[in-house]
Amino acid sequence: MSEKRRIYMDHAAGKPVDPRVVEAMLPHMRNACGNPSALHAFGQDAKHALETARMKVAELINAEKKESIIFTSGATESNNLAIKGVAGRYKDKGKRVLTSSIEHISVVNPVKYLITRGFETLFLPVDQYGFLKQETLEKELTDTTILVTIVYANSEIGTIQHIKEISRIVHNKNAVLHVDATAACAQVPIDVQRDGIDLLTISSNDMYGPRGVGALYVKEGIRVEPMFHGGGQERGLRSGTENIAGIVGFGKATEIAEKEMQTEAKRLVELRNRMVDGLLKPVPHSFLNGHSTERLPDNVSVRYSFIEGESMLLSLDLEGVYASSGSACTAKTLEPSHVLLAIGLKHEEAHGSLMFTLGRQNTIEDVDYVASVMPSIVKRLRMMSPLTPGELKM
Amino acid sequence: MYSEKVMDHFKNPRNVGEIPDADGVGTVGNPVCGDLMTIYIKVKDNRLTDIKFKTFGCGSAIATSSMITELAKGKTLEEALKITRANVADSLGGLPPVKMHCSNLAADALHAAIEDYNKKCAFGAK
Repeated sequence: MSEKRRIYMDHAAGKPVDPRVVEAMLPHMRNACGNPSALHAFGQDAKHALETARMKVAELINAEKKESIIFTSGATESNNLAIKGVAGRYKDKGKRVLTSSIEHISVVNPVKYLITRGFETLFLPVDQYGFLKQETLEKELTDTTILVTIVYANSEIGTIQHIKEISRIVHNKNAVLHVDATAACAQVPIDVQRDGIDLLTISSNDMYGPRGVGALYVKEGIRVEPMFHGGGQERGLRSGTENIAGIVGFGKATEIAEKEMQTEAKRLVELRNRMVDGLLKPVPHSFLNGHSTERLPDNVSVRYSFIEGESMLLSLDLEGVYASSGSACTAKTLEPSHVLLAIGLKHEEAHGSLMFTLGRQNTIEDVDYVASVMPSIVKRLRMMSPLTPGELKM
Repeated sequence: MYSEKVMDHFKNPRNVGEIPDADGVGTVGNPVCGDLMTIYIKVKDNRLTDIKFKTFGCGSAIATSSMITELAKGKTLEEALKITRANVADSLGGLPPVKMHCSNLAADALHAAIEDYNKKCAFGAK
């Protein structure tokens, strides 16, 4: 009897750690005990491992120097540090903070928190593809605007923002630009100097490194108020003894990503396009969410009319396919994804959305298999749905 | 996340469909919220002789719809009106807490179908 097929396509939610990363981490979990702040040999070994990883992360995003990289516990901490930290430091200059309406919850909530601290915040609209409306950004960027925080590429719909142009607009008004590149890092080449980015969030697990590690790039001259006060590690911006094994793993993951990104992105784009075609062509009333080309290589976000996302997910699960949905029913709230609503989808369209995020282990066979099971899943659920029009019922 | 019973009813839903000459029809929910269900009933001598459903919604919405048709079929109208949301959830071996409100509408849909039938009777249609 053949083993049940198991196809994981929820890489935006979590990625497996690359075995080469695990190997790199093991010595730092087994033997190493030094604290990088200590002067003795054990401490200096740890310090060396820490700074090597910092260099690798700096190289991936072309930071001007490795000291611009602050290690954190992950993207949520990096986003919090950037948003609250910049707001805290620049509040005498102004109290206006702008962001988009398709940000990750770890940007949305720190921005909302700022409202309780007396800041004025605005969630800027995006167009039907999820691109930030630049004319609105220009209009809303007042002299009192201190910070603009924008996602590099949205993980739900994959849309890659025109960061360079956004940067130009933001810097014309002397505001600080923070970019959340959690989903984009290691998928598209990011160059903080070319793109004109002041602060950049990246995450280890999103590039096949361990969880619980991330980084915030802070350009020289940009001031950030720390959230953790203690021993003054990470240039005083993030106190606490460094998670050496995790950071070493992050460094290794970054090194692998830098070497393999180009080939892997090309492979994923082919898989992605094949999957979009395979999912949509055989099924009427099915659509792609986001832009057809200016999207992350791993992202396949589609929607099927008249049926609901969670029931599709459960059906896929029974076929050994693991994905995600834009529906309320998979989350803790009743509202469907704010990202899907922001690109103009109706509630019922957002509820009918499915998100597949591809990864290194996915193959053409996987993609074709998913495309082959989808039509009958949609058909079965449409037969049960009171919304399905008569001509589709047969 | 779901009990085996829920998955069984999701995979093999009982009594899916419409009854073109239904004696009562009840629809509850709203596609905006992600759940919409319609229950169709046939009534003879004060008993539910046939019952079918159509549902747009998540796994538990489909499973609860299927379960209510099993619980209600053959019952008198009075007995059917006594079936509660809790009865449906219990018969399915429980539902995740987050689903108890949003996707446990089947009892309401059944009661709406019976009310629809009663109204038609009151107007002398039956």
